[in-house]
Amino acid sequence: MTLPNGWEMVVGLEVHTELLTKSKLFCGCANHFGAEPNTNICPVCLGLPGSLPVLNREAVDFAMRIGMALHCSIAPSTFHRKNYFYPDQSKDYQISQYDLPINSAGYLDLPDASRVSIERAHMEEDTGKSTHLGGTGRLAGADSSLVDYNRCGVPLVEIVSGPDIRSSAQARAYAAELRGILIATGASDGRLEEGSMRFDANVSVRQSGAAFGTRCEIKNLNSLRSLQRAIDYEALRQIQLIEAGGVVRQETRHWDENLGQTSTLRVKEDADDYRYFRDPDLVDLAPDQAWQDRVRAALGPMPAERRAGVVSLLTGASEAQLDAVEVVIDLGLEGYVHAVAAAGGDPALAVARVANELAGDVDNVGHLTSDAFVMTLAMEQRGELSATQAKTVLGELLAHGGDPRSIAAAKGFEQLSADTLGSTVATLIEANPDEWNRYREGDEKLAQFFIGQVMKSTKGQANGKAVIAELQARR
Amino acid sequence: MKSATQIAADVRSGASSASAELERTLAVIEQRNPELNVFLHVDVEGARATAASIDARIARGESVGALAGVPIALKDNLCQVGIPTTCSSKILEGWRPPYSATVVDKVIAAGAVPVGKTNLDEFAMGSSTENSAFGPTRNPLDPSRVPGGSSGGSAAAVAAEMTSISLGSDTGGSIRQPAALCGLVGVKPTYGMVSRYGLIAFASSLDQVGPFSKTVADSALLLEVLAGHDPKDSTSLPEGAPSLVAHVNDGVAGRRIGLVRELYDGADDSVVASVLAAAQALREAGAEIVEMSIPELGLTLSAYYLIAPAEASSNLARFDGVRYGLRVKADDVTAMMEATRTAGFGAEVKRRIMLGTYALSAGYYDAYYGQALKVRTLTIDAFTRAYQEVDLLLGATTPSVAFAFGAKTADPMTMYLNDVFTIPTNLAGDPALSVPFGTGEDNLPVGVQLLGPGRSEAQLFAAARVLEVADGRA
Amino acid sequence: MSDALTRDEVAKVARLARLVLSDAELEVYTEQLGQILEHARDMNTLDLTDVVATAHPFGVTNVVREDVVTPSLDRETVLAMAPHVVDHRFAVPRILGEAP
Repeated sequence: MTLPNGWEMVVGLEVHTELLTKSKLFCGCANHFGAEPNTNICPVCLGLPGSLPVLNREAVDFAMRIGMALHCSIAPSTFHRKNYFYPDQSKDYQISQYDLPINSAGYLDLPDASRVSIERAHMEEDTGKSTHLGGTGRLAGADSSLVDYNRCGVPLVEIVSGPDIRSSAQARAYAAELRGILIATGASDGRLEEGSMRFDANVSVRQSGAAFGTRCEIKNLNSLRSLQRAIDYEALRQIQLIEAGGVVRQETRHWDENLGQTSTLRVKEDADDYRYFRDPDLVDLAPDQAWQDRVRAALGPMPAERRAGVVSLLTGASEAQLDAVEVVIDLGLEGYVHAVAAAGGDPALAVARVANELAGDVDNVGHLTSDAFVMTLAMEQRGELSATQAKTVLGELLAHGGDPRSIAAAKGFEQLSADTLGSTVATLIEANPDEWNRYREGDEKLAQFFIGQVMKSTKGQANGKAVIAELQARR
Repeated sequence: MKSATQIAADVRSGASSASAELERTLAVIEQRNPELNVFLHVDVEGARATAASIDARIARGESVGALAGVPIALKDNLCQVGIPTTCSSKILEGWRPPYSATVVDKVIAAGAVPVGKTNLDEFAMGSSTENSAFGPTRNPLDPSRVPGGSSGGSAAAVAAEMTSISLGSDTGGSIRQPAALCGLVGVKPTYGMVSRYGLIAFASSLDQVGPFSKTVADSALLLEVLAGHDPKDSTSLPEGAPSLVAHVNDGVAGRRIGLVRELYDGADDSVVASVLAAAQALREAGAEIVEMSIPELGLTLSAYYLIAPAEASSNLARFDGVRYGLRVKADDVTAMMEATRTAGFGAEVKRRIMLGTYALSAGYYDAYYGQALKVRTLTIDAFTRAYQEVDLLLGATTPSVAFAFGAKTADPMTMYLNDVFTIPTNLAGDPALSVPFGTGEDNLPVGVQLLGPGRSEAQLFAAARVLEVADGRA
Repeated sequence: MSDALTRDEVAKVARLARLVLSDAELEVYTEQLGQILEHARDMNTLDLTDVVATAHPFGVTNVVREDVVTPSLDRETVLAMAPHVVDHRFAVPRILGEAP
């Protein structure tokens, strides 16, 4: 979207990601989404009097992985208390890193070669979850609220970008690339719909080159689409407001996905006084070089590098293929593509099968060995399996695992191509003499007619290439 | 009464039993508690069951630990699973913790029998136990006077011979000051030596749990049980418990002990006289007494009364009526929290919460809290320099002997000044103890204070033992 | 540093701390807190510009635990402590403002 009248938007994103630790940030309660309310709570995360926090080493490792992937410097850090009363916060303060975060001053390069600076990526604890009763189910207008503290104390890393983003599309690309990186580090599952990754967008507008305008923060955007729409809406709102002679007020705004609008949540007040101070229950965190080296050594390649690795296998990738590659990288399934390429198979076919068949049943890829995948695609390429049959075999492999040859045999796929196809074609030639003659005289379009007839009589089990070969042999 | 050391020996040898010792304790509590208001809760059934199980284990020939069958009183800011824990506050009235403090688990594991929870100044904020929501505790030595505070109940339990030992907590003197006023030994260990897990926090960077007893040896025995690393407390020292009992009779020969002017200047004459007499006794036992001045200690009271309230304002935020404890109903959650906290906290707690909130708030942080943290640095540095010259320091514990009810409640500063000698060591994180030495006004006991560098508890006990003997107490 | 503590400042602090003060209490606390703060200004007699702040006397760093799940509390025990429970959750009256 282009903004009118020489306006430019200035956007910075704050991204919260839950970390994939087994236990919470400061206690041994399970970090598990979807448990029965208030079953994963203990004296520490419930803030019972006398309880004390102890930092989870794995959360530190994940935070450092994120920092390293974002080219941050890792520095000695501390934990502060952010003091404010709110029922979903069991201690009425949040433990968060404040002036000394573990990661600072990094950057993220986007696929379009633009660079967004990362101010910091710090650790903090999540709050509990409130359900609102009465009214519309939202906070405003509710009669009462119910609090579940299962999420309270779940480890988060908050990644704060610089105000470097200049379009909603760039914001979306940043969020998508960051999501890929978080998944690649193993720190996050990137599940937006479960709230394990959440976006806040700081949006302001200015005439190009002028000083920054007053910003508004749009809270808790939970999809890439919402993020992009909300930023566009908010930038236009601010432009219209200013052009109408109004003044943008610094405030937090809520995005309503159905209405496609942002609205005021709370106005920033002087009364917001969080009285940050060092949490005296926790000690300094200063991972030494050996600890940092250990974490760095365990860090695999990031999406940009992996994407380039797959694209290099393709010759002149189309837009659609690049999208498919994105899916492959996003799901971390490029190992299948590399295996096919290494065995001399067709990487483009591998990308297509991974981006569709495997992506459609990603929870089950554990059943599919790369050998089985390579063999299935080889059978397809050799014409032993039709495309439809190959997909069926992959579906079976995903569901139960096994050997592609046995599965193909059990489904009768091999039988068909070897014996039945010849007699089927012969029968169809006899039944359609006019078409056969026209084909023999060079009307290649009729090949499709015969393929269609073969498919019909074999219920789609034939291989198109094999049918053509059969026809040509008899021509 | 028998010392804890003696009780444990008798119970182990079969000369006595845990149940017999407990019944004696329960009888004294029944007799004296109505007058003195020492215990907020006595767990008669639980204690009898614990004592019976110890006796059964001994009958089976099992080993039962250093505190076998010793009844012990717990300050009511220590969580014990299923037992009412109030911090002497209405906001926690009726709350039964679903877990126990590490120190409670430890004393039980060592064979002690917790008999109940003792009164304190609400959330350990005070120096007289007059700030309890459940009425003040009376000093067993003179019921018209305070026992000191905030661990006044735990001090009175031992002074009234209800138990031989008890647990208190010391944030700015809350063990040593009541120990002095009740004629007991009371110890504030090195910060991190004793786990804070399950101690309801007042000021987390200052709080330490420690023992009360009549004898030096009993405190050493109890602290050995309490000390040692706890993985549930990030501020717990990494090492195991030190050897203390074995060093009680090491004496002070060859030790250099600093007599610090700022640690007794301004105290009552009788208190100063006791401190000087203690110095003489230590000298006679072979120590070299070095007269010293540490001017930085003059600023510690101001720093303490910003740091402790600042931490407390945050530590006490969780008492909001949502999850446990008192709730006063209101139409919205903010009003409910305000009504609950306003009704649930007493005046001193409110005063300190507001003071701490102010000291941390935007625009004042640097001038107050930030400045106090710098004074804390100066205090630590000053002690470090002092301990390059001498092994231990000597001073008074309190400016006076036990005072009358209401004597210091007119304005907060008067009460706060009571802590002037005990506060510095909390800021530094170093250990200190109070040991009775001599008497003052109306023949009431005077406590002298021995201070040392981190992890010097064994030396402190040895010096305290010298004074105990010199004072003719054992 | 401002000189005398004002009633407005104390009122603001009380609101931040979720305490309600009567006019009489406001009066008393303003005076008492003012006294304590005045005493605290003793600290300004020293030049502390180059002194590092110590928030904590504890010198140990990097205290961490392994990422191991330990048993949570029994839900019914926890909810039994709560003033008001609905559907296994802690119930509170309506919340007027969004969290920051």
